[in-house]
Amino acid sequence: MGYWAYQYRKTWRSSVTTSFLYPVLYLAGMGLGLGSLVDKHAHTVGGVSYLDFIAPGLLAATAMQIGANDAMYPVMGAIKWIRTYFAMLATPLRVDDVLVGHLAWIATRTGIVATAYLVVLAVFGVVASPLAVFALPAAVATGMAFAAPIAAFSATQDKDIGFTTIYRFGLIPLFLFSGTFFPVSQLPHWLQPVAYATPLYHGVELCRGLVLGTLTLGSGVGDAAYLLGLTALGVLLARRTFTRRLVV
Amino acid sequence: MHARGLTKRFGAFVAVDEVDFDIERGESFGFLGPNGAGKTSTMRMISCMSPVTNGTLRVLGLDPATDGPRIRSRIGLVPQEDTLDLELTVLDNLMVYGRYFDLPRNVIRERTDRLLDFAQLTERANDRVEPLSGGMKRRLTIARSLVSEPELLILDEPTTGLDPQARHLLWDRLYRLKQQGVTQVITTHYMDEAEQLCDRLVVMDHGRFAAHGTPKQLIDRYSTKEVVELRFRSGEHESTARDLHGITDRVEVLPDRLLLYTADGDGTLAEVHRRGFRPESALVRRSTLEDVFLRLTGRTLVD
Repeated sequence: MGYWAYQYRKTWRSSVTTSFLYPVLYLAGMGLGLGSLVDKHAHTVGGVSYLDFIAPGLLAATAMQIGANDAMYPVMGAIKWIRTYFAMLATPLRVDDVLVGHLAWIATRTGIVATAYLVVLAVFGVVASPLAVFALPAAVATGMAFAAPIAAFSATQDKDIGFTTIYRFGLIPLFLFSGTFFPVSQLPHWLQPVAYATPLYHGVELCRGLVLGTLTLGSGVGDAAYLLGLTALGVLLARRTFTRRLVV
Repeated sequence: MHARGLTKRFGAFVAVDEVDFDIERGESFGFLGPNGAGKTSTMRMISCMSPVTNGTLRVLGLDPATDGPRIRSRIGLVPQEDTLDLELTVLDNLMVYGRYFDLPRNVIRERTDRLLDFAQLTERANDRVEPLSGGMKRRLTIARSLVSEPELLILDEPTTGLDPQARHLLWDRLYRLKQQGVTQVITTHYMDEAEQLCDRLVVMDHGRFAAHGTPKQLIDRYSTKEVVELRFRSGEHESTARDLHGITDRVEVLPDRLLLYTADGDGTLAEVHRRGFRPESALVRRSTLEDVFLRLTGRTLVD
């Protein structure tokens, strides 16, 4: 993990700036701009103003993007291009250390961005409950539910075509249709179960419930268990694909 | 280090085929061979990065299958391809690598001064690695492998692709390490490098050892005292070789020249001239490991 932190030192300024800038832009544009239109016609979305509705959803969606992104090129690059993993494995580190270290770094970075998001949310007056502090681990769990399985996949790849596919058919549809921008109940009936089954839906629900203080214990535990379960499954898969690729 | 029947298979392909060797503490031991002979596979097994398919292997007295991390904490690896981080500085590369060994930061910092001096990179300490020359990167890789102060240094083609000056600098550094008692295992396909660096060596071909011994033993056993190199017009080498038959016991035909193996180079060359051959150039030299290699593997090293 230390290695990735060293790498980050080169880019942290721009990275931290964007961490604050993106939520400000998104919330100003979509929450306030689009929201004024939505609120004028519908008054509330899911019982709250549009800004309040999408702000925590965007937190989860951003966590997803960072988790997924950082588990794609950096993982494949550490095998194929910079060969960092091989440098690590020539030392006392084991495959498990390499994997856990990298995932821990992705979790840290997701956490940094999520913290920035939550600060912006507080400034915009979206935060309605002290439970919002738990939206930080919830966002990290959302990111990891993507990072771990995608890292497992990236370790099997030789080209980046697979990543484009994940974006096109995975992340972008999830971003749009998993309850970030509008309630899943607005989707056609046949599509709703699909949305409920996606990890982002559970991340969005969890973050939203915590930030707005509307979370019920039962659904909260269910969402968290889903995200942690997917992360655990991803870690198990990644152990196999990493070992198969790195120890030959 | 101790290996018996050491074997590495990738599917049906046998990269290393039941080899036996022992390497003593403080020794410099070389693996020579053409590309694809199984050198790197052997290096990867002894550096505990690649599992052994069959046979026994002990490194520093331990079994890589069960004690991999413990062994790796005591060895330094210079891989065939550099695995430096090009975007980090020279210093950060050393620091990060030292941290993989769980060394405290102040210990690493203390050692980096000496290592940078050793690698002649002190002035570049805070520069990014990317723009450094190939020789500098290679020296940094070697410096990095020394940050844990290893007892055993494994070098996989340490000087491939370097200019002569950079090679000599590296040889000097490796020689100093040897004087400090660091055991070295080296692969190379440069014969002069093997003669310079190795106390003992094996010649590998198709996953097996074709010969082993000190450089001098190998030359005595597999070559003659002197070699006459003759260059004719291209295309004439094959036919000329047939006509030269009988002058010496062995004539080797290379694409660009003929090699005549003999105990008396000047005498042989005189005989060549006496028989009316007019080579474009002629050279009498002592036998080298290159001649041993040619004899054992039946081909030149350059590929």
